[in-house]
Amino acid sequence: MLREILPLLLDGTLTTIEITLLASALAMLLAMLAALGKLSRWRGLRWLAKLYIEFFRGTSLLVQLFWLYFVLPLPPFNVSLSPFSVAVFGLGLHIGAYGAEIMRGALQSVPRGQIEAAIALNIPPLRRFTRIVLPQALVNAIGPGTNLLIELLKGTSLVSLVTLADLSFRANQVVQVTYLSREVFGITLLIYFALAQCINLAMRLLARRMAHAPAGGAR
Amino acid sequence: MGKLVDFGFAWRILPDLLAAGMTTIGITLAGFSIALAGGLLLALLRRSPLAFVSWPVAAIVEFVRSTPLLIQLYFLFYVMPEFGLMLSAPAAGIAGIGLHYSCYIAEVYRAGLEAVPRGQWEACQALSLPRSVAYRRVILPQAIRPMLPALGNYLVAMFKDTPVLSAITVVELMLQAKNIGSHSFRYLEPITMAGLFFLCVSLLAAALVRKLERATALPATQTRKTA
Repeated sequence: MLREILPLLLDGTLTTIEITLLASALAMLLAMLAALGKLSRWRGLRWLAKLYIEFFRGTSLLVQLFWLYFVLPLPPFNVSLSPFSVAVFGLGLHIGAYGAEIMRGALQSVPRGQIEAAIALNIPPLRRFTRIVLPQALVNAIGPGTNLLIELLKGTSLVSLVTLADLSFRANQVVQVTYLSREVFGITLLIYFALAQCINLAMRLLARRMAHAPAGGAR
Repeated sequence: MGKLVDFGFAWRILPDLLAAGMTTIGITLAGFSIALAGGLLLALLRRSPLAFVSWPVAAIVEFVRSTPLLIQLYFLFYVMPEFGLMLSAPAAGIAGIGLHYSCYIAEVYRAGLEAVPRGQWEACQALSLPRSVAYRRVILPQAIRPMLPALGNYLVAMFKDTPVLSAITVVELMLQAKNIGSHSFRYLEPITMAGLFFLCVSLLAAALVRKLERATALPATQTRKTA
């Protein structure tokens, strides 16, 4: 019996991993942009970033997914997204808003002296950001970022409710056919737990690598 | 096609949505009470000096925190009857969300208690204060301050997680909005209104948490903020 169940669940797991990776890439990009926007000199950008962050943090993930899935294809918008795009965009936008606050905190935690030193050494602004500020900020962002990635992984289970065949969807499907709810949901929980531990481990390795990178960059 | 937004329709479905919104708030409050009590229990067990108590509790907390609420709800609702525990959908939902968040709140309690400097405990001992007095008058007042904003944030997070309960057929705000949509073929108004409801309540709650944070901050931490 297990031999028939597992391939289906693993198939769903692959979808879950795919969504997690794509959505986290989108979330990181949006988090960085929104954090920079919020720290920007221009009031318009600050407002835009604040609007995005407050809006997506203030409403439920499931409401956002439903909105993208049910409302967006209808007349005023007429934008029909596949369940997969809804999942990636929905999760990316939602988690990105939370990530923005983490990134903002991390960027602000870089001591001012570092920036002043870079100015004193005549390092141009872009290089100052990418080589001095960002590396130090990212080290600070890794801890809360790990928790957020696990939230994202857990959030992917909700895409099953907009009919995307991820792990949760497959689990539900298998249970409806086999009635082995205990085994299937048990295995599903274990798979999610294993995935979360993978994220934990990967981020810990990343943190160690970043902390051990020689000062001033390796290259 | 008719108007972009049908305000008459929105007005007509408002009472139904508000009623469901009250259900959502009720679920949140009931779940949060479970989470506050369950979290305390877990935090105390985790601080236990007996390794065979503290380790399994730590493992359970970690497990619940890193698996999705949705599957936990499925487990409670579809699997528990096999073990003889038959729960109605709202009961399973409230129990599930309450247990899920008690694992988060246990960490809040633990962090709060551990943040109290050891010297405070030692001073209590040196003054030979009874343990109950030490807890009530010295330790807890210091531990609870930093906990309050974190607890408030989890209350808001929990409120925003209640739509997940729709997956086990609890008719809360989100499912009500979806039902209205599938009856009338108008999804724009109900789902947008549900979203606005969440947005308003959580922005309001977040503002209250910030106020609470300021009201409970110690003078030392207040001055640090201006630096």
